[in-house]
Amino acid sequence: MSRLAPLLAGLAILALPLVPGVPPFWFTLLNYAGLAAIVVVGLVVLTGMANIMSFGQGMFVGIGAYTSALLTLHLGVSPWLGLPAALAVAGACAWVVGAITLRLSGHYLPLGTIAWNISFFYVLGNSDWLGRYDGLPGLPPIAVFGTPLLASEQVFYLIWGCVGLSVVLTLSLMRSRTGRAIRALKGGRVAAEAFGVDTGRIKIVAFVYAALLAALSGWLYAHVQRAINPTPFSLNASIEYLLMAVLGGAGSVWGGVFGATLVTLLKDQLQNVLPLVLGAEGNFEAIVFGVLFVLLLQRAPDGLWPLLTRRTGAPPPPAPVAAPPLPPRRAAVSGPLLEASGLRKVFGGLVAVDGIDFSVAPGEVVALIGPNGAGKSTTFNLVTGVARLSAGTVRLFGRDTSALPSRAVARLGVARTFQHVKLVGTMSVIENVALGAHLRGSAGAVRGALGLDRAEEAALFAEAQRQLDRVGLGALRDRPAASLALGQQRIVEIARALCLDPALLLLDEPAAGLRHQEKAALADLLNRLRGEGLGILLVEHDMDFVMGLADRLVVMNFGAKLCEGPPRVVRTNPAVVEAYLGSAA
Amino acid sequence: MSALLDASGVTVCYGKIEAVRDVGLRVEPGQVVTVLGANGAGKTTLLSALMGVLPARGAVTFDGRPIGRLSIEARVGAGLGLIPERRELFSTMTVEDNLRLGAFRFGRRERGSLDGMFALFPRLKERRRQLAGTLSGGERQMLAMARALMGRPRLLMLDEPSLGLAPLIVAEVMRTVASLRDQGVSVLLVEQNARAALRVADYGYVLDGGAVVLEGPSRVLEADARVVETYLGVLAAETGAQEARAG
Amino acid sequence: MTGAPWISVALPLSRLAALATLPRRGGKVGAAVPSKTIRTRHSAPPEPTSRTPRPVDSTILLLLVQDGVVNGAIYALIALSLVLVFTVTRVILIPQGEFVAYGALTLAAFEAGHRPGTVGLLLALGAAAFVADLAAGRHTLDARSLGAIALRDLVLPAAIAGATLVVPEKPGLLVGILLTLAIVTPMGAYLHAVAYRPLEHASVLVLLVASVGCHLALTGLGLVFFGAEGSRTPPLSDAMIPAGPLVVSGQSLWMLALTAAIILGLWTFFGLTLIGKALMATAVNRLGARLMGIAPSMAGRLSFSVAAFIGALSGILVAPLTTIYYDTGFLIGLKGFVAAIIGGLASYPGAALAAVLVGIIEAFSSFHASAFKEVIVFMAIIPVLLWRSLRSHPVEDDE
Repeated sequence: MSRLAPLLAGLAILALPLVPGVPPFWFTLLNYAGLAAIVVVGLVVLTGMANIMSFGQGMFVGIGAYTSALLTLHLGVSPWLGLPAALAVAGACAWVVGAITLRLSGHYLPLGTIAWNISFFYVLGNSDWLGRYDGLPGLPPIAVFGTPLLASEQVFYLIWGCVGLSVVLTLSLMRSRTGRAIRALKGGRVAAEAFGVDTGRIKIVAFVYAALLAALSGWLYAHVQRAINPTPFSLNASIEYLLMAVLGGAGSVWGGVFGATLVTLLKDQLQNVLPLVLGAEGNFEAIVFGVLFVLLLQRAPDGLWPLLTRRTGAPPPPAPVAAPPLPPRRAAVSGPLLEASGLRKVFGGLVAVDGIDFSVAPGEVVALIGPNGAGKSTTFNLVTGVARLSAGTVRLFGRDTSALPSRAVARLGVARTFQHVKLVGTMSVIENVALGAHLRGSAGAVRGALGLDRAEEAALFAEAQRQLDRVGLGALRDRPAASLALGQQRIVEIARALCLDPALLLLDEPAAGLRHQEKAALADLLNRLRGEGLGILLVEHDMDFVMGLADRLVVMNFGAKLCEGPPRVVRTNPAVVEAYLGSAA
Repeated sequence: MSALLDASGVTVCYGKIEAVRDVGLRVEPGQVVTVLGANGAGKTTLLSALMGVLPARGAVTFDGRPIGRLSIEARVGAGLGLIPERRELFSTMTVEDNLRLGAFRFGRRERGSLDGMFALFPRLKERRRQLAGTLSGGERQMLAMARALMGRPRLLMLDEPSLGLAPLIVAEVMRTVASLRDQGVSVLLVEQNARAALRVADYGYVLDGGAVVLEGPSRVLEADARVVETYLGVLAAETGAQEARAG
Repeated sequence: MTGAPWISVALPLSRLAALATLPRRGGKVGAAVPSKTIRTRHSAPPEPTSRTPRPVDSTILLLLVQDGVVNGAIYALIALSLVLVFTVTRVILIPQGEFVAYGALTLAAFEAGHRPGTVGLLLALGAAAFVADLAAGRHTLDARSLGAIALRDLVLPAAIAGATLVVPEKPGLLVGILLTLAIVTPMGAYLHAVAYRPLEHASVLVLLVASVGCHLALTGLGLVFFGAEGSRTPPLSDAMIPAGPLVVSGQSLWMLALTAAIILGLWTFFGLTLIGKALMATAVNRLGARLMGIAPSMAGRLSFSVAAFIGALSGILVAPLTTIYYDTGFLIGLKGFVAAIIGGLASYPGAALAAVLVGIIEAFSSFHASAFKEVIVFMAIIPVLLWRSLRSHPVEDDE
């Protein structure tokens, strides 16, 4: 399916009111679909991109609706003034709720949003100033050029205009520097933090953005319906929004719009048909929705949109544009880049790393080797601030960094790769690499959503392309990262690390899964980097690779340092042979 | 003669990557067979595939019966046992409960008592009321073996039983492995500690890059420099061989 | 009736407990007319709330605590079953509330002399589970396992349905309770087979979404089978036992006694039986358990059945206190969740104690801010959630 298809579908929808004889009820339905679509687009950002599950979007719709309703009712202001207020209040509430709730991990987060949404419903229903369960009637309609929009056909353009606006803003945001950081949450927080992303902050940004869209929908609802009550903002509504996202496909904005439309139309049909079939009145569509939820998760967990379009939801990366290179981040460093002394890490009662010392100088390749479970990866995590030291100190560029979190370590000029590749599989290769340059850009969410970051983006992507070409994978730039072989993914991680313009590069098993020629190419690249004055620390199991490359080896066993020295000395050391092969005795 | 375990063409993929490629392997009744190889060679993946923990292509028969599509539990029921690298003990339950659950697959009458295991591993008897999570590394490995033996497997697969253990305890673990053969239990032993493994095994396979690169009786493999090569690289092999001659 | 003055201690305690804490509708007007939205039901005249501060004397204090403990006992039962299901299967069992409602309404149907609609649901779910079990075992099916599956999924529900035909139209309270438990308990196993087993390898979050789906479907089915009318059942005992300044109802004693019995039963099951230990082992280490031959599907079926049993029993215990509608279970279940989460979804004693605390918080907030009691109870969970997740490793958690 071409990129034009959504556009054509959009035009078809827009032309609908021009067709004579279309019953007004159709517009009412499509209006409801549009209102839901705006919310679901935000939910796609949350669930599909940022990996945050929310059962609370109905609450933010309600906050938007009630804010504007109260202002227009009590102060008599125009709904157009109610809109910024609705956005401001919902945004502020989302910030507060997010600051509290987003710290929750795993399944606690959605449970937290359930609690918020239920409580919100009861507050609405029991507060006199909010009209209790009866709500607030008599709200003014939205007027354009003095004409109040009253008929469904009139509101139709306003609502679907807002849908279009939210889609455009969201796609633009997702392509931006902030959007990449949001999408990087899917690849795990550790990787995002390793490139300087403040994941706690970026989650709140995503949460507030979704709430703003919800509030926009709520504002529209209030002034289209011209009366509000708590029901459309209940937990059930939030669950329906989630169903729309799951049904359409939370991986793409278009999937969200599709899901919202489909569920709205389906709900209407079910409400007509089911009571006839069952011979009673009631919200029986819940049965179908519930079954649909479970079946989808079992059969099509990515939703229907990817099945229909045979495309991944990721927005396509920008085409290559010539741009001036980014300025280098720092001058050459003298003295050791990294000095680790007395590193110790205890998990529970188990000593994983015990009294490890080593250093890395500029232009030096140091390899950390040892049998399985010797504590190499833990040492890596201690050096990069991912794990907290139990004792000992880490000095980077002469500065004590023992207590710094990993994103601060990244800021100093330390980049790394991971033993278990941490790329965002649905994101293109070049966007994954561009995440490495996160700290070299500055555009925020607003600039990104409004498309005011073009020059900076061009420079970031030019740099990403340069690093990708350097590691020899430039031709794969537009492929989703998940479609690459594991060895190639490891190389992409190196390109991403180089994008940070690091002074110290840490590589965790870079040669694993590489073919012979690829290994040779990698060794070549690392040799060149060493020539440029980079310090490299690597953990590696491929001994031929390590022995040919490293200036020095640090051998670990049972969490402690067994010996240290140049490869020729280390590999003839009987203790090392014994650690690897077992005792000859 | 029919093998107890006969696997051929076993291939395991993680996404697009073949972690184990077209591996064939046989274990005769009463035999100890070892699979050697460096880190990342695919040994653990191979065992996981044989046990049904990971999906795999290829043909696997156990006692003449195809088991390739059976679940883990059904393979346990057929007489396979696996002690994984991480042991997978029930850490918040007592040693005794861990052992009793080892015989879960039997009816009440056939479960057998714990005395046999306590005779084999006296340390476990001392610690019978202690939680498994509080045991030392060596004791955990003993408990894992005892728990697996409670299920009276006909073939026991061990993944890196020496991992993280001090040399003395490794020797003890290997002695236990050797004693299993005497009790008629066949053993498939995956080890990084090649020397220890070859000493107890009858036959060995060497895995590199997910494929079998070398196989033969242990005595032959013990003398083969290529085994060392897969661990430490070409140069180290020379040293290792010198050392072996000197020792 | 709804406007019962709070100071009236003379009101039977069970009634008071119902008024105070369990979810309740406005009036009959709203409840009797179902509609496409919840709105009409809530638009019934709101309960009068007195804004004058009321003095709390020691009698009221005692009364509220007692109230809280009795309701807390129900929440404790639900919380325990939620912890059981979560630890064994990683499923956050949102539809547990529906089992509560099914239990109450099925018993009410027997009491009223109807054949409860849940019998049909049991047969349908059993048939669906049969298909799902066949699909799951398609590679390894033999005559013996096929027979076992048919017995479990087809014959058992048919036998239970047959039993409801054999008994007299009004079978009496005891037989009604036994039949109710027999109808609802297997539904747990069937629900697991149909909805959750195909998602065995899915993440906790996906399972949670599936749970929400099950909740929607089962609530809707509840409406189909029981209609929008609420029901009550007679108490298990009419006795009123004076205890100092208070009057303790026989019903509350039944509730406390049965809760204690269930807790004791669970303790025996996990502590003394191998199958109970096998469930615990699955909770502690799934792979380890599978390597011992403990199938996760068996563990899932069993824990879901236990949950459904406990849910139905909770419904039976609650039904004499408050009118139960097809969707009342959800809020009761969620309060069980609040308790289970305070216990970290892992600790049985923690969950039980927290449930009593939830009951007491609810009783006191009903007294002081009746309209906002739900808000207070549900917001109480936020600081607990925060404390829980701050204790887990904030950045290393996605490894």
